[in-house]
Amino acid sequence: MSDVRYTKDHEYVRLDGDVATIGITDHAQSQLGDIVFVELPAIGKSLEQGGEAAVVESVKAASEVYAPLAGEVVEVNGALEGEPAKVNADPLGDGWFLKLKVKDKSQFDALMDEAEYNAFVATLG
Amino acid sequence: MADPAIAAKDALARTPLYDLHVAQGARIVPFAGYAMPVQYKGGIIAEHLHTREKAGLFDVSHMGQAVLSGIDAARKLETLVPADIAGLAPGRQRYTQFLDEKGGILDDLMVARLPGAEERLGLVVNAANKEADFAHLRARLPDLKLEVLADRTLLALQGAKAAEVLSQFLPGIETMAFMSWCEAEREGTRLFVSRSGYTGEDGYEISVPAEHASAFAARLLADERVALIGLGARDSLRLEAGLCLHGHDIDTTTSPIEAGLAWSIQKRRRQEGGFPGAGRIQNELAKGPARRRVGLELAGKAPAREGAEVTTRDGKPIGRLTSGGFAPSLGRPIAMAYVETTFAAPGTELNIIVRGTPLAARVVPMPFVPHRYFRG
Repeated sequence: MSDVRYTKDHEYVRLDGDVATIGITDHAQSQLGDIVFVELPAIGKSLEQGGEAAVVESVKAASEVYAPLAGEVVEVNGALEGEPAKVNADPLGDGWFLKLKVKDKSQFDALMDEAEYNAFVATLG
Repeated sequence: MADPAIAAKDALARTPLYDLHVAQGARIVPFAGYAMPVQYKGGIIAEHLHTREKAGLFDVSHMGQAVLSGIDAARKLETLVPADIAGLAPGRQRYTQFLDEKGGILDDLMVARLPGAEERLGLVVNAANKEADFAHLRARLPDLKLEVLADRTLLALQGAKAAEVLSQFLPGIETMAFMSWCEAEREGTRLFVSRSGYTGEDGYEISVPAEHASAFAARLLADERVALIGLGARDSLRLEAGLCLHGHDIDTTTSPIEAGLAWSIQKRRRQEGGFPGAGRIQNELAKGPARRRVGLELAGKAPAREGAEVTTRDGKPIGRLTSGGFAPSLGRPIAMAYVETTFAAPGTELNIIVRGTPLAARVVPMPFVPHRYFRG
């Protein structure tokens, strides 16, 4: 199993070599409710850590998704265009948003692991 | 992403159904000073579709309920609202607006003429404005009696099966016509029932004494066709029905004519005036307003939200969205906006600017989803 890390903004990152797969956590999709649209970045776009990577639209509102790591967008999940509800059904699987070619793996190591993230979510009530 | 979880629920008022909402898995959010359910476990889309197909039960107890009574109560209320209240037959209800001196909309409300010889008017006003509305009534109509029904819960039962469900408990209720009002008794409890709602569907609003509200809701929920519906679906249902939300689609900067609510100002009132802002409103009725509320259907799948700018296809700004979101019954985004009257005709091709990008949209007639009111 590949290593997964999390942010306080409820994104996850799965790292395979130097490619990071990014999406939103199960907690995030559950808080947002029914997702009806995901706006994804252009392939080749260079993202800064903490910069806007995507926008996820639920029935109620639009929310920004930030890049947990700096890198270049190498792939986006085109299936979300037709079936944005995949984010609700399988956020860590079929509901991924984009893949980044990572610049600096130390940024990944600094993120929360699963136990730390679960403890963080527990504090949110 | 920013955490959508909402803190500081402590200072919020609770309706008598709060515990039921929590037990049913509601996500509670602050709304107009109340802790209200925005959705339950099924989610907004499922709740929305359930209401259209079956029957949705909404807790709208945060809204203000009151009875205004006294000599010439109807004529006196007409000094604050543009609808024909004096002409309301006992047991009939009308939609109207409290107007300010410029013809702007302070709030919108339902007014029922209660049965009986005495002039008694049942009012239902928006939660966010109820204190201001009641203060306005007391200040402007000091010789009338305003009885605020703070000890009553308001439930809405809406949807294709609403009449079938409610008639099991209140036989004969299925024959009530849209926008009629009656008092009913069930097991010693006095209920006030109107055939109206805020979804575009057939349905009822039922005022229940607070101490009986949970039991009454539980009886309705025991019917498998009935599900609790939160504020999220209430908003998407009313948007599809083309109904205005005060504070968004109508406020003190909009007149009822700009808002497309001329139908709610009956002939006698248009001619006689005698309500706040009558001069402006009569002028707009005669010459047409400079801008109008319109429905917009977006070509793509990205929703556009309240506040987004509307432009012509060549980029000239002509208005702004006042509501917008995903329409579950249509499977696409829709919106309401005020635009210059020149661009208000159905079929007009416009753009909506979302995050700097123009999205193609087209003016369409409202409602977006046909109303299914019971006209008898």
